[in-house]
Amino acid sequence: MSDFAQTLITAIAIGSLYALIALGYTMVYGILKFINFAHSDIVVLGAWGSYSLSVRVLPALGYGLKEVPPVWVAMTILLLAMIFCGAIGFTIERLAYRPLRRAPRLNVLITAIGVSLLLQNVGQLSFVFGASPQDMPPLLSDRALATFSFGEGESARQLVIGMVDVVIFATATSLMLIMQYLVFHTKLGVAMRAVSFNTDTAALMGIPVDRVVSFTFVLGSMLAAAAGFLIVMKYPSISQPAHTIWVLLGLKAFVAAVIGGIGNVRGAVLGGFVIAFVEQFGAFYVSSNYRDVYVFTLLILILLVKPSGLLGSTLREKV
Amino acid sequence: MARGTSSVGSDAAAAVKPEAVEVAVKGNCWTGLIPVAIGILIALVLHFALPAPQRSYNTQILQIIGIVIVLAVSLNIVNGMTGQFSIGHAGFMAVGGYTAASITYYGSMLLWGSTTKHGGFLGSGDWLFLGSCLAGGLVAAIAGYVVGLPSLRLRGDYLAIVTLGFGEIIRVVLQQTGPLIEDVKALQSVGLKQLVPPPLGGSLGFSGIPKYTNLFWVYSILTITLVVAYRLKSSSAGRSMISVREDEIAAQAMGVNIARQKVTAFVVAAFFAGVAGGLFAHSTGTVSPKDSGFQQSFDYVIMTVLGGRGSISGVTLAAIFLTVLPELLRDFEQYRLIVYALLLIIMMLVRPQGLLGIHEVWEMFNRRRRKAEVSGSDVSPAEVGP
Repeated sequence: MSDFAQTLITAIAIGSLYALIALGYTMVYGILKFINFAHSDIVVLGAWGSYSLSVRVLPALGYGLKEVPPVWVAMTILLLAMIFCGAIGFTIERLAYRPLRRAPRLNVLITAIGVSLLLQNVGQLSFVFGASPQDMPPLLSDRALATFSFGEGESARQLVIGMVDVVIFATATSLMLIMQYLVFHTKLGVAMRAVSFNTDTAALMGIPVDRVVSFTFVLGSMLAAAAGFLIVMKYPSISQPAHTIWVLLGLKAFVAAVIGGIGNVRGAVLGGFVIAFVEQFGAFYVSSNYRDVYVFTLLILILLVKPSGLLGSTLREKV
Repeated sequence: MARGTSSVGSDAAAAVKPEAVEVAVKGNCWTGLIPVAIGILIALVLHFALPAPQRSYNTQILQIIGIVIVLAVSLNIVNGMTGQFSIGHAGFMAVGGYTAASITYYGSMLLWGSTTKHGGFLGSGDWLFLGSCLAGGLVAAIAGYVVGLPSLRLRGDYLAIVTLGFGEIIRVVLQQTGPLIEDVKALQSVGLKQLVPPPLGGSLGFSGIPKYTNLFWVYSILTITLVVAYRLKSSSAGRSMISVREDEIAAQAMGVNIARQKVTAFVVAAFFAGVAGGLFAHSTGTVSPKDSGFQQSFDYVIMTVLGGRGSISGVTLAAIFLTVLPELLRDFEQYRLIVYALLLIIMMLVRPQGLLGIHEVWEMFNRRRRKAEVSGSDVSPAEVGP
């Protein structure tokens, strides 16, 4: 029972991370109809950006790299990382994707792969982030917020709700609520949905399509940066930028977006949690060696049974 | 082997449109074998003129170039001709490589009591090796069929994700295999229990594979791949594939069986990737699960994009260029992928159809085709087929 609950807590924390990343994929797909392969590299930028900021800012403020600074430092670093990644996302869209707005989707996809490779390998350069893993200095104290005990004697187990898990869930949820408000209750959100529904008609109605697309990229990149920051909070040892683990993370988030119904904001959140539950419970109860296999098998099954995803609507192709 | 090609050649020659291919139409069906014979002759010359691979760096590079061309040209059948987007090609290569490696490794252990190379040029060991490569190709082709099936329902980027997922699943599954059986006695007394999971080396990789691959085999198989790819491109099947690439709905309206063309493309491409995987395994002596990851697949994708999607000679040139370049720029290894990435992006912005588009090198000098290209369409009407 306590094992189950512990897995549940991890799954919720990981699920909110997947959901954050999946939102970026789904928004870009909704508007431009292509997979932004470089999105996972924005997450990497968020993670590594937070790291480089921390190791420079913390000593400058007089804190050691081992002690936990006050909360506002962590929040500032998160904010700076988000702004940085937002700017990078804007630049990528402007330079690489916008010239291809009318090109076949496959060309844009190949460009996206190119951008992804570029970001990874520039990040690996010795004067950028370097090609070796690093340890993130602790910005939050991972103390147990609540501890429950189960059982007696030898079978006694403890269920710990950690600070970091709660912070991840809280941050991710509030960001998602902000997103929800933005997309469904503001003028900009209406514009975004209009562009995603039909770009040409939206342009005729006076919606500045280019600006809306730019804004979508900035928004998605900021969410990805937040996800990157939260990931290094949970797992402080950061893999090098071109490590497979990042691409897999991005892929799983994309799978989450597809499972929820790509282009659907609520679906992405739902998909993120579904993926995390399948992965965490599969890893715990079946075998942790195959955790990536579960996710991709689920993807292939969903695509074969309901290609539009759980919450997606089917579109008929017209000649 | 020669038989198989002769039948492919004659079938393709029979179905070919007269105005497109000059070589194939003239003469009887044996004319189609001339390029194959020339290729095998070149392979023989290469094999005997250059020192053995163990001693020479250049020979090793030549082998790798040949294998990479096979991979890039076969991927081009799916990505270039049929217009599907597969980024799991290294997965098929790994499937073929592991199959071939386990056949020669355990086969030679059972037959000759050791895993060292057996027999000389065209000796019994060589034939076991050839058979293992073909078996690797067949198993990979079956995998290609399985992966090709979702392509009937999925388009473009979804399919890309599925192929990518396939490569990753293969990688994870290969990592979970058991340790190699290194002893003949242990192999003879092996029980069913030790075969689950199969002893393929786990995450350490499959090592100690006898190094049968030599320039003769690489360039003979390369020749066959090139001839099959070229014949396929100019056959009615290839024209249907190109029409699927250009416009699925229009192709369907014209009576092209889209599903069949897509799956065929996947199966053919996977077969050659599997054979190339076998060659690669017996060239380096090791295969490891990480060879099947998507980062490997990207290399071949870049070659097809750069060379021209659908152009066999263009992709061949790109494969040679992108294999030799990093060897020359060893000191700048960390910049290699940055250059590749920039090439991809710039290519898509400036010349999305690749350096040669769908044309072959020799067609580039034909003024009429050039004009057709300038007038806006990538494929001239004569090439789209019925």
